[in-house]
Amino acid sequence: MHETLREKLEELACAGYPYESCGLLLGGSADGECRVERVTRARNLNTERAADHYELDPDDFAAADREARAAGLDIVGIWHTHPNHPARPSETDRAAAWSGWAYVIISVSRDGVQDLRSWRLNGEHFEEESIKPCRP
Amino acid sequence: MPTVTVRIPTPLRSYTDGADELRAQGTTVTEVLRALGAAHDGLLPRVLGPEGEPRQFVNIYLGSSNVRVLGGMGTRVKDGDIISIIPAVAGGAHESERPAPRRT
Repeated sequence: MHETLREKLEELACAGYPYESCGLLLGGSADGECRVERVTRARNLNTERAADHYELDPDDFAAADREARAAGLDIVGIWHTHPNHPARPSETDRAAAWSGWAYVIISVSRDGVQDLRSWRLNGEHFEEESIKPCRP
Repeated sequence: MPTVTVRIPTPLRSYTDGADELRAQGTTVTEVLRALGAAHDGLLPRVLGPEGEPRQFVNIYLGSSNVRVLGGMGTRVKDGDIISIIPAVAGGAHESERPAPRRT
């Protein structure tokens, strides 16, 4: 992931605070690594519990999928924030997760982004994966 | 009979030998997906429930519209249409709530 995309994710996370924000990671995969080329923001449909839940609007997913395919890219992951919570998957995250995607979680507080980590489902459990900087 | 493109999301490509889109024939959304399911073992149970409705964690789109706001799974398709299987994406920081049962 290029540093500018990481900065964009951090801006989106701060803009959405104190509520959970979410979106999609567009890019490609090769040789066991995924490269993020774009990030999109999606609406959180869970307005009743937006401080600690998210439900990504499927209309926004469909739009991101069209954008990705038109650009020769793919949806390679999901990002969402944990306001005032660690950047680790909760049981709620695990129960709703799909295999094959990177799940980037951003811990954000009133002081800004505290942590940003990426996780990938392996069987029934999440495993952390490294985020490497790359050229745009 | 119309030939329709079906877009497969990453989490379901293990059932399509890695293909990100496939073509199938049918006159309705249901018929197209069932035709696809007949050719790709294990795919259909991940997408449709026992009554043929989209599973709880899946949305089916025809073009840019959720079939729920069209005519449901019986919506008629035409040649060249695109059906997208859209996984429901959810979660959150909350820990104490009983999680939904896993679907995979």
